[in-house]
Amino acid sequence: MLSYAVRRLFGAIPTLLVILTITFFLVRLAPGGPFDGERTLPAEIERNLAAVYHLNEPLPMQYLRYLGQVVQGDFGPSFKYKDFSVTQLIWSGFPVSLQLGGTAMLLAVVIGTALGAFSALRQNSGLDHAVMGTAMVGIAVPNFVVAPLLTLVLGVHLGWLPTGGWGTWSQMLLPVVALALPQIAYIARMTRASMIETLRSNFIRTARAKGLPERVTILRHALKGALLPVVSYLGPATAAVITGSVVIEQIFGIPGIGRYFVQGALNRDYTLVMGVVIFYGVLIILFNLIVDLAYGLLDPRVRYD
Amino acid sequence: MTAAPAPLLSVRDLKVSFPMPRGMFRGVDHLRAVDGVSFDLFPGETLGIVGESGCGKSTLGRAVLKLIEPTGGTVAWLGQDISDLPESRMRPHRQDMQVIFQDPLASLDPRMTVGDIIGEPLDTFHPKLKRVERRARIEEMMAKVGLLPEMINRYPHEFSGGQAQRIGIARAMILNPKLIVCDEPVSALDVSIQAQIVNLLMRLQREFHLSLIFISHDLSVVRHISHRIMVLYLGKQAELADRDSLYRDPRHPYTKALISAVPIPDPDRERNKPRIVLTGDLPSPLNPPSGCYFRTRCPRAEAICAETAPGFDPVAPGHFAACHFRDG
Repeated sequence: MLSYAVRRLFGAIPTLLVILTITFFLVRLAPGGPFDGERTLPAEIERNLAAVYHLNEPLPMQYLRYLGQVVQGDFGPSFKYKDFSVTQLIWSGFPVSLQLGGTAMLLAVVIGTALGAFSALRQNSGLDHAVMGTAMVGIAVPNFVVAPLLTLVLGVHLGWLPTGGWGTWSQMLLPVVALALPQIAYIARMTRASMIETLRSNFIRTARAKGLPERVTILRHALKGALLPVVSYLGPATAAVITGSVVIEQIFGIPGIGRYFVQGALNRDYTLVMGVVIFYGVLIILFNLIVDLAYGLLDPRVRYD
Repeated sequence: MTAAPAPLLSVRDLKVSFPMPRGMFRGVDHLRAVDGVSFDLFPGETLGIVGESGCGKSTLGRAVLKLIEPTGGTVAWLGQDISDLPESRMRPHRQDMQVIFQDPLASLDPRMTVGDIIGEPLDTFHPKLKRVERRARIEEMMAKVGLLPEMINRYPHEFSGGQAQRIGIARAMILNPKLIVCDEPVSALDVSIQAQIVNLLMRLQREFHLSLIFISHDLSVVRHISHRIMVLYLGKQAELADRDSLYRDPRHPYTKALISAVPIPDPDRERNKPRIVLTGDLPSPLNPPSGCYFRTRCPRAEAICAETAPGFDPVAPGHFAACHFRDG
């Protein structure tokens, strides 16, 4: 298993290289540059800036220079936040994003699997239809609609919760819930489908015939089997929630990594955008690897060779 | 057969029907999978149940164990009516009444080791058993069914079909049950393995004085293992007799047809044997024929067969047949 993990990590290098190359040329294709402001700078200053950041070199040259830096773990200075390196910015925002995304995902897994299992055990009942109907809405309504609605009702009208900021539990509640809702809905639907299938399988019949208490049959045999597809969804989903909380971070003014992504893209802050994209790439690859390894622990039929 | 006076299991007029929705808002049909079956099973006895696909063999076997809820009739276990027991009060009886399934591999939880699969009933019914004792009992049972005790930590997918069925048998046997319902236990296996499994079941039956209900569509296998045989057709009993009477003197035309279809392992005799070939398909159990269910395919059918259903009446002591012409 260890050698499998190591091989997978080495296999990630070409993937990252492709991501890096495409992003590098794409951001530079976008019109405008990092130092285009409303006021035009004197040509002399622009030339100086370009020279400092090597923007005057031909593109392939810049690419190779950047590649060389990244290999050494240096993502360069931010063009806009001039006193910080990209690495510093990422590490200042990431813990916040991780906390936000991680909490949301934890909430989603606990509530989603519980709702899904519950629905599956009462398949086609009124409760099942109610839960699945709500879940459909949860998937369909984007979080840039849900988040302002929650803020309006709970924050502005009722005044129960703060509408923005980060740090206290009450400040965390709204963004975490807004981020978790579609995930809860998705996981609930997946768990239900998978659980219904597992409940019909022959080994569940065997478990009943053994005379096991219903609780053991459901938890040990049915739910454990039913969670496999959910686990495989969790890897990409966790990465997506941590990285994709961009909208939520904007709405609630949370100082996470998503803010730098948006600001970086708008400001043509080349190095910042590159850094965040590569970081996201690493994160997604890592979570997928974790899922694949977890799969082996949950299902003995999976072999790593 | 040395029939003990008290039957282990008494089934009376057992009925199982499944609701079949006709379509949205168009009501429900009832598929009568088992339709008024009665029999007794005595300790140490094997009752074979035969019939073609869809005749209700498996449903009957599962309804007896209440793995499917019967819709009518009674099942009495050691004199006690268990047909209306809720699952919680049924559970203590489960250690005495076990089942082996047709698809041996699919019936084992793929995420559990063989030891845990076999030992799980012990955890439920003897939770105070020490680890060492638990392991010893599992290994002993594995050896009894012809598995190497060293395989205790392997997973189901590492086994062949025959071995998987041995695991199923060990799992069923671990609590020393009095009854095992064998639901087509060898149909998924190849012939040489079938013989091994059937002989294993017979050996275990002698050793532990087990009662078996052996469900199969293979008359040769049923003949080999059963003391008595019941023939089912469309959820109803066609004939019930001890093995030798049934093969020597079948009274129901359906039984006759089934027996005539058993291949004889001698090419010359096989070629010349008289063969009763049934025409037509099994009628839909949603809409069974009037009178005798078998009349649409019966070579002997007459006017009366369409009008009245024959009773399931004795032709000799212990030999019952449901046919108007059972006496010749």
